[in-house]
This record gives sequence, structure tokens and C-alpha cells, in this order.
Amino acid sequence: MTILVAERISRNFGGIRAIEDLSFALKEGEIVALIGPNGAGKTTLVNLLTGVLRPSSGHVRFQGVDVTAQRPFEAARRGLARTFQIVQPFPRMTVLENVAAAALFGGKQDSVAAATAVAREQLEFTGLTPLADKAASALTLAGRKRLELAKSMAMNPKVLMLDEVNAGLNASEIDGALTLIRKIAERGVTILVIEHLMKVVMSLAQRVLVLHHGQLIAEGSAHEIVRNPRVIEAYLGEKFARRFTLETTNGEAANG
Amino acid sequence: MDRRLQYILFAVWVLALASTPLWGSNYVVRLAVVIAMFTALTLSWNFIGGFAGYPSFSTAAFFGLGSYVGAISERAGIPMVVAWGLATLFTGAFAAALGAIILRLKGHYFAIGSIAVVEVMRLIISGWGSLTGGGDGLNLPIISGGPNVVTRIFLLVMTILMIVTFLITVYVDRSRLGFGLRCIQQNEDAANMAGVNITLYKVIAYTLSALFCGTVGAAYASWTGYIDPTDSFSIIMTIKVPVMCLLGGPGTVLGPVLGTAAFTLLEEVFWANFLDYNRAILGVVIVILIFFLPGGLLGLSYRNVTAGIAKLLRRPKAAT
Repeated sequence: MTILVAERISRNFGGIRAIEDLSFALKEGEIVALIGPNGAGKTTLVNLLTGVLRPSSGHVRFQGVDVTAQRPFEAARRGLARTFQIVQPFPRMTVLENVAAAALFGGKQDSVAAATAVAREQLEFTGLTPLADKAASALTLAGRKRLELAKSMAMNPKVLMLDEVNAGLNASEIDGALTLIRKIAERGVTILVIEHLMKVVMSLAQRVLVLHHGQLIAEGSAHEIVRNPRVIEAYLGEKFARRFTLETTNGEAANG
Repeated sequence: MDRRLQYILFAVWVLALASTPLWGSNYVVRLAVVIAMFTALTLSWNFIGGFAGYPSFSTAAFFGLGSYVGAISERAGIPMVVAWGLATLFTGAFAAALGAIILRLKGHYFAIGSIAVVEVMRLIISGWGSLTGGGDGLNLPIISGGPNVVTRIFLLVMTILMIVTFLITVYVDRSRLGFGLRCIQQNEDAANMAGVNITLYKVIAYTLSALFCGTVGAAYASWTGYIDPTDSFSIIMTIKVPVMCLLGGPGTVLGPVLGTAAFTLLEEVFWANFLDYNRAILGVVIVILIFFLPGGLLGLSYRNVTAGIAKLLRRPKAAT
């Protein structure tokens, strides 16, 4: 069943077409990756889906309802959560308060006390409990990205859009984040990951969308995508594509 | 500082102000009225300036509007207390409508926009002579009983207004509204994404910041018996109120109360001792205080201060 649909959406900034006549659908419970070179319009697309920007034309439907004109806080309350590429905490609040705010407003909890209880659960889930009383500004980058995840989860989302949650993390931090994203998906949350790290894309995504100059140039499984000549030309490059093709073939051979 | 301690200190302070007629001279009682009045204004400003972090300079616009609505109503024969109520409602409605427009501005732009409101209001009131008396001002019905009785009545009125604004502050501080406003203060975009209806919350904060300025303005007009545009829409007042709040600790419950008390008392000391330079000295004091106390008096770590003093006291001994 589709949960989120973009119908021929476009967005212009002055004379520039950042997103052009783009359509796609997310099915309930799947993990989809959105990849593409810098400036392809990935973050713009997320902004269009969460009400930060309004499409110049086209429609966004969430659970069958037209939400094209929604504002960001309405998107959050509906269950369309997102994390930011550049993390956005409430710096002078504690980690717990940050997550409680998301639970109270986005998660529509009845009281500050109830929101705090939900926040504690989410801190436990994301492994941030030891840092609960630290100021958000005192966290490391990996910690802040985790905080973003905890905040989004506290909103009890149906669709979660992760805008480069792994950028700037080291290998072991990435493995931690991947485990966490899988755990979120197990809870039935539909996930759209924006990623540059192909390792993450290959291991997580059931389906990959490739964006280039504001248009979808390819769509399919990770294995199909790395063999697609248009994607190789626009984004991956020959060398990478060959390596990924090799790796996946070897992997299949080993598994088989 | 612990919240319960803040409530207790507030209660003690209210008792001190309210009991001035029992132990103080008329000068002291009058000072107590002024402090109670400014405390209500500062606590009001705290909703938008402290909790939401929007540097509003429109206090005098609301105060002046309240005093004119009150004065015109009283002159039309409406009983005094009802006139104050009208002034409150009118000012609140005005702020809600205005807020929906100027709260789209942020930071310095909002500050400039909000200060312009004061000037525009002053010009409108000055120009609209048929209704407001223009530059001649308006006389209000005199309250019978002589100056002493009148001062005591207004001590009671202003103290009640101060208590009401404090109670609303306590409520907002603990409620969902206060939480949302703090989110807006720290990161408005993130608050929006976290599901806070930022426009609605900011308009509520702005309206709360205006409501009791209207009441205070109307009560002040009844107290002095005469108002004119320059006094009612005074730039000094519109700047003094935020400074008082910043001095005490914006976004806290007791900060505005503490800041108003400290500022008013300092002002009195400088008036009394340096008649020529009092404004200049006050200016320097404000700059120093804001430089060294960015979180206000309440934001000070008193443990560090006492430790610092203890160190200073110990040093001469070590030298000898």
C-alpha cells in the first residue's frame, strides 16, 4: 500500500528548476534510498515533502490526503518526520528536553510528563540515555545525529526521511547508525534515506531512486542501479560502479 | 535557582511592597507603586522577549494604547474598573492583530518594527485631536480622598496586577505553551519541524505581553489624572522594560521581578546623588551589567561569585 506519493511535482527558484516534473511513491514499511550528485535537488525534494517549501506545481499525497499546502509543524503532527543534513537541536536544552519537545508537539502527547516518558523510551532506544541530562550543544556530531533520530522517533512517525544522517561519521559510528535505522524499520516505519555512502545504500535500501538535475533518472533495486549506465555517468563513475558490481557479484556467489 | 525558592522570594517581595504604607514615607509608598507597575510590565515583556526570544520594543505602544482607551472610556462615563477592563481587551486584540503581521520579522528587523509601532501610535494619537485631545492631552475624573488615599489605592491595584502577571508567568513556565516558546527561542526552524505551531505560539506570547500593559496603562492614567501622547508613548519606557528584564534574567520566573527592583532602586540612587549625570551613569551601569551578566542576575552562579570573593579576601593574607 502506498503511503506517500509525489505527483508530478516541480519547484523553481527564480529561473532555476530545482525539481522538475517528478513523481514517485513510497510503499508502507519499505526502505528507499535517494541518491544523486550534489545539487541534484535531494534536500529540496525532502523540503517539498515536509512543507518547508511548497511545490510550484504538482501534488503531494500522504495516506490518500492531499498535503501539498501543509506547513512543517503539520507534517510533523501527521507523522511525516525528517532529520536535517545540518543538525538542528535546541542547543541550551538537555538531550532529554530536546526529545520531549518533539514528543509533546510532533508526537501529540497530552502533557509534558507524558512527553518526557516517551522521550526516555526513545533515548533508551537510540542509546542516548547516559547523555540525557547533557546540554544538546555538548554532544559530538555522532551524538547529535543520534539525537535527531531520537527526536524524529519521539514524533511517532509513519514516514521518516533521513537527510544524510551518516555524513561526517566514522566507520564504527556508521555501523551503529545502520543498526539503529534497521531497528526503526522493524517497527514498521517507512524510511527514505538520502545518502552519499554507497555502502549504506547497498546494505539498507530495498529500492533506490536516483536524482539528477531535479529529475528522476533511474529507479530500481541497488543491484540494478549500480549497473545502470545513466547512473554511472551522472553519479557513480566507472571505477566505483565496477567495484560495486564486482562486490555484489562476489557477495551473491559467496551466498549462493 | 530552584523554582520554589523563586516563588517564596516573590511572595516576600510582594509583602514588602504592599506593607510600605505601614512603615514608609509617602515617597517610599510611591516608589513601591512604580516598582509594582514596572514589574507587571516587565513580567509581560518576558513572554515575548524572554520565553520566545523576540526582542520586542512595543511595551510603550501597549501602555499608551491602554491609557488612551481607559481615559476615553472613563470620560464617556464608563466606571473606572470597567474602563480598565476595556483597555485590557482592546490592547490584547490590537496586539493579536498586529502580531500576526510583524512577527514575520525576525531578530533586528523585528526589534525595529516593534519600536516603529510606538512612534506610529504616538503620531496617530497626536493627530486625532477630535477623539484624543491631540497634543493637549486628556484630563481624567479625579478620584476623591486626597493624594495619600489615592496612592494607597493604586499600590493595591498595581500589586494585584503584578501578582496576576506573575501567576500567568508561573503557569506559562510549566505549561506546553512555555515549552513551545522556549523551543522557538532556541531554534525556530527546529521548533517548526518538531511540530510546534510557531505562528500561533508567537502571537499568543505577543498578546500576553500586551494584555496587562493595557491594564497598567489605563490604571496609570486614572492615577495621574492626565495623559498626553509624549508621556504615554515614551521611548524611554519601551527601552527600560526590556533592560530590566535582561538585567534580572529573561525567560525565568523571578528574573523580571528582580531586574525591575534592582533597576528602579539604582535609578533612584543615581537621581538622588547625581542630578546632572544620572542618565549617563545609568547607561554605563546598564552596559556593564549586560556585558558581564548575559544571563541576568538570576543566571549568575552564586557559588562561583562567593568563591571568587573568598579568593580575593584570602590573597592579601597570603602576601603578608
